[in-house]
Amino acid sequence: MGQAFGLRATLIGALGAAIGLSGCAKPEPGSSSTARLGPTSAASLQIKGSDTLVQLAQVWAEAFVRSHRAATVTVTGGGSNTGIMALIHGGADICNSSRPIAPSETAAARARGVEPTEFVVARDALAIVVHPGNPITDLTLAQLKRIFTARVTNWRELGGHDEAIVINSRETTAGTYVFFQEHVLDSERYAVTALLLPSSSEIVRNVAQDRGGIGYVGIGYVSDQVRIIRLRRDAASPAVAPNARNVRNGTYPLARPLFEYAAGDPTKIERMWLDWVMGPEGQAIVARLGFVPVRWSGG
Amino acid sequence: MASILLVLLILAFVLREAAPLLRTYSLGRFLGGTRWNPTLPSPAGPEFGLLPNLWGSVLVTAGSIAIALPLALATAVFIGEIAGRRLRDVLKPTIELLATVPSVALGFVGTVAVSPLVKAVFDLDTGKSAMVGSIMLAFMAVPTIATISEDAIAAVPRAYRDGSLALGATRWQGIWSVVLPAARPGIVAGIMLGVGRAIGETMVVIMVTGNAGVLPDHGLWYAFTHAVRTITGTIGAEALEVAHGGPHYRALFMLGVVLFVITVSLNLIADLALNRQPRRTLQ
Repeated sequence: MGQAFGLRATLIGALGAAIGLSGCAKPEPGSSSTARLGPTSAASLQIKGSDTLVQLAQVWAEAFVRSHRAATVTVTGGGSNTGIMALIHGGADICNSSRPIAPSETAAARARGVEPTEFVVARDALAIVVHPGNPITDLTLAQLKRIFTARVTNWRELGGHDEAIVINSRETTAGTYVFFQEHVLDSERYAVTALLLPSSSEIVRNVAQDRGGIGYVGIGYVSDQVRIIRLRRDAASPAVAPNARNVRNGTYPLARPLFEYAAGDPTKIERMWLDWVMGPEGQAIVARLGFVPVRWSGG
Repeated sequence: MASILLVLLILAFVLREAAPLLRTYSLGRFLGGTRWNPTLPSPAGPEFGLLPNLWGSVLVTAGSIAIALPLALATAVFIGEIAGRRLRDVLKPTIELLATVPSVALGFVGTVAVSPLVKAVFDLDTGKSAMVGSIMLAFMAVPTIATISEDAIAAVPRAYRDGSLALGATRWQGIWSVVLPAARPGIVAGIMLGVGRAIGETMVVIMVTGNAGVLPDHGLWYAFTHAVRTITGTIGAEALEVAHGGPHYRALFMLGVVLFVITVSLNLIADLALNRQPRRTLQ
């Protein structure tokens, strides 16, 4: 973490309540939508969802309210499902999600008269991290699957130390859990012994503590307390590190888009937010935090 | 009366939300299920097994009482029988103050301090384990058990103590063989409420137990030093993130029904026990 909280963009974890203080009103500078905010600040934005996106959204929010004086943006984490649920039930204007919305969720939204509108706001490489003392430098996707389904339970079997493998995962309702299950485990069950942890930072903390630890986190969460594993699609492929270049050229196998969804047609303030996020300023922040920018398509 | 009505209303609501699950998922599969995979895609489809959740709750709670009971009982005896009035007036509020520590704070202490310590001492693969959960919950159960036990000890008629001394027993013999047995119903009530407190705790167990739905297939000690999944942990981690009215949502309410039955039973036992207490003055 270690980022100063902005004054008017407040980040809260899943445990608190948000307070957004709105600043003095001022006609906002050029955003591509020609909306001008009036002097009364009715422009507040509730953004909820993906734990992977929460830090990024927080930094976005801080920068956004600096250039949009009348706006109040509140960012909350809690998981992609939480965000999508909140969007459906009116608890959020925009939700962050690390996975595409499911057909069942779209149906649930439509049943309540909400049409989710999808925006790809950044791309992410899902990094596989291990304890720094682990000698293994790369794994194939097949080996990764065997690890996370407990067909392999000791690092010795993969050429490492004689150390029991400790699997670290997010909880069942996290978008990242679902993504990993679909793309690595071929929709099979995770090992019952997998630790299901409430946040990505908790996974990093735990992997840093346990010599046999392995876990998956968005690239923005990787710290120097853990080591990144390079991945091979199969035994014959080169080992690829998760970084912006390898996400862009399509060689990193666990790259994924990160989404924001609005309910129906974005309102004025939502439109301004999305334009700004997809624009040069927002995308510069994406790059600065270790995520991969998407080409700005002008909304 | 009103409170009984309220409890029945809560039960009715939870049951109403849970019951439709049984149209798509049999009660037998829920009660006897050994896996909790609520988001597993087809063909296998979601698995809502009660057992790993129930087992984890029972294990962590039993462990916490095993740790808390000796501490709490010793505390109660010391405050009730040994400490002078001035010391008692300081100690009792201090113990009660322990009960006010927010569970998030306890969970955090468990994560950053107790987990690594337990891992090092027992040479475990990871600090996330039932044991750390039990230790943290013991912190929460001690005040409950100690306060109620101390009340029960204070309520034992003075004549019992005088009688045992007159018969030549030492003070310790009097406490151990006369006062504690006489206070037993109150102590049992305290334990039951402590168990209720521990089994219902959510935040701490989500943070420190690892939430892995493992059943005990390598013995009790192995299970205690490895990760477990609890009923409250499952509800707490997933309840806010399920499709309203879907099978997963209903399954969580099913877990709620089970938890409800357990805690109500515990409170009933505590009540019955309290009514068997020989009284001097007992609020």
